Amino acid sequence: MPLIKDGKLADDPWQVADDGTAAPLIVSLEAWQANEGGIRQRNTPIGIRLASDQSPALIAEDIERFEVIALEFPKFNDGRAYSYARLLRERHGYKGELRAVGNVLRDQFLFMHRCGFDAFEVADTGAAAVWEEALREISVWYQPTADRRKPATTLRRKPHPRRPAAGTSSGPGDPPSVACAGHWAY
Amino acid sequence: MYRYDEFDHGFVRQRVAQFRGQVARRLDGALTEDEFKPLRLMNGLYLQLHAYMLRVAIPYGTLSARQMRRLADIARRYDKGFGHFTTRQNIQYNWIRLEDAPDILADLADVEMHAIQTSGNCIRNVTADQFAGVAADEIEDPRVYAEIIRQWSTLHPEFSFLPRKFKIAITGAPRDRAAVRAHDIGLRMHWNADGEAGFEIMVGGGLGRTPVIGKTIRAFLPKQDLLSYLEAILRVYNQLGRRDNIHKARIKILVNQVGAETFADMVEAEWREIRGGALDLPADEIARIESYFAPPDYERLDAASPAFEAQRRSDPAFAQWVRSNVVAHKRPGYAIANISLKPAGGVPGDASAEQMEVVADLAERYGFGEIRVAHEQNLVLPDVRLSDLHALWQELRTAGLATANIGLLTDIIACPGLDYCNLANARSIPIAQRIGQRFDDLARLHDIGRLTLNISGCINACAHHHVGNIGILGVNKKGVEYYQVTLGGNADENAALGDLVGPAFSGEEIADAVETIVDTYLEQRDRGEQFLDTYRRVGLQPFKEKLYAAH
Repeated sequence: MPLIKDGKLADDPWQVADDGTAAPLIVSLEAWQANEGGIRQRNTPIGIRLASDQSPALIAEDIERFEVIALEFPKFNDGRAYSYARLLRERHGYKGELRAVGNVLRDQFLFMHRCGFDAFEVADTGAAAVWEEALREISVWYQPTADRRKPATTLRRKPHPRRPAAGTSSGPGDPPSVACAGHWAY
Repeated sequence: MYRYDEFDHGFVRQRVAQFRGQVARRLDGALTEDEFKPLRLMNGLYLQLHAYMLRVAIPYGTLSARQMRRLADIARRYDKGFGHFTTRQNIQYNWIRLEDAPDILADLADVEMHAIQTSGNCIRNVTADQFAGVAADEIEDPRVYAEIIRQWSTLHPEFSFLPRKFKIAITGAPRDRAAVRAHDIGLRMHWNADGEAGFEIMVGGGLGRTPVIGKTIRAFLPKQDLLSYLEAILRVYNQLGRRDNIHKARIKILVNQVGAETFADMVEAEWREIRGGALDLPADEIARIESYFAPPDYERLDAASPAFEAQRRSDPAFAQWVRSNVVAHKRPGYAIANISLKPAGGVPGDASAEQMEVVADLAERYGFGEIRVAHEQNLVLPDVRLSDLHALWQELRTAGLATANIGLLTDIIACPGLDYCNLANARSIPIAQRIGQRFDDLARLHDIGRLTLNISGCINACAHHHVGNIGILGVNKKGVEYYQVTLGGNADENAALGDLVGPAFSGEEIADAVETIVDTYLEQRDRGEQFLDTYRRVGLQPFKEKLYAAH
């Protein structure tokens, strides 16, 4: 399936079924739990794919071993993975690729991106063409999340340039980065 | 009132443009109806029996005269000249064309309004006490916190695809006029032992096919922690709420399944992780929002108005209207005037474009240009001088808006029912009209006293029939509409679900049944009792006997 990574169509080096080559491998939670040792012996980068009823809390101890964590959207309206994504970025400090897989639609890109996803498996390459536009549709947000976009509540408190900064301000930040959110610490 | 700043203005404009694009993609077939549905729902657009219905948010039921005029304008230009005020303090237009929806949203954006999150599986428009800011018994104006929650919940990226819809209500007064225990989250402001104001948090209330009264999971939450605590509740629900069965997906099912105590523990555990972080509400942010709701420039008036007292004595019809429709204001010399949208034989909650304009005009001439929408589907002028009440009443009467029945039997809450709604099993509006005509006698209504009557056209319970003193539920038996009756429900701070009286009544029998219930109450009542008092004392039995005596 086409992959959008950092805002562009990207090659996907990851395989999801072990074909015996040394290509990096994304495994299911079940496979990981059944054969962690065997998978680690492959000595290739490892990713894991979680179904929508599999909380990242189940892999909390192993998170640093994964270079990709793929979270499934079995249907676009199953929103559990939005919470999982934020927990991975904000609670577990996960810095690797966070990939949305399954029923991933352009009208959900913005929400996913805000929750910390940075890679998206989409049904067709057309989705990549509208990616930037989809992410630009809304630029005002009212809640702090895993990305670097400053919510209106913070921007309103941004000190006025002609006035001295108020002592309580957390300070203005960079403008929101659309293509890629490089830092996940809020 | 809250006023949009540059961020809010920019946001609603972007949202309109985004939806315009989505509608265009739907119209050219790029989006399937299945894919388009959640997008249109998050912009308040339903597909009903005959047309699209647009539900416009009236945050916490507060409107300016200018906004009301725009609502009238939309009714005239895009609908059939009417709007329907709902039990969630919103307004619905029932005859909308999909092609017009983006233009309507643009018209709304001009007056700082939108239709965001009035439907769909997301956090819905937050409701509050319709007398917020003017009620004599208020601790703090709940709209400050409703507005803070509105902003936080708007396009919340984590909570836009919840298992099911999510409703939050808030009251700032001990007397609960917002039915907070009938909501997914209810917030009740109160003082703790140190004299600090904060919130009692109730979770898992809701009506629908599984009616539940909300349970308290935290007795006191400091104000600064409001958003982090709400985020913790929503995060637990978003991960654990059922998604396999739409009828089991509300938070009340999860709370019942794990138990309120365990649920509270889960929320507290999540909250410990995030409290004191980015969602913390600093005092200056609360003060900033509070400044929008600062009291208007009230005159210093005497507590009593001799002119008003004289008019009351000399004009019995006016006195009657004052008795039912006027409520004490916190400022001396002022009153809260309720405008009934329940004329005898009318459609509960409907207002014509002309009536909306009259109300806008009166709000400016007899107040500070502010209007409230009550969840009982009525309107409120919150700041009327006592000495102006008589003149106001006369003008309302000319516009057909002076029905003196607030809180009385014909102040019926009814859903749109089978006349409009594709979920309904039975008609609600004609039943409300029939009962309204049966009791079209103000002296009799005032003698009957306080009595709430709610009519839902299906078990989704949009008219909250479980918490009506008399609740009527439309059901369909083999293609024929029948109506089940419950008694003793109550939506205020002593919230209770009604008891089923017995077999259902046909559409022809239901007005008789209501009359029998009322007559039985009048026979049984002791001096000074209201319907609910009598019912609680005598129970279901006398009503049952009378209702089914002939059978």
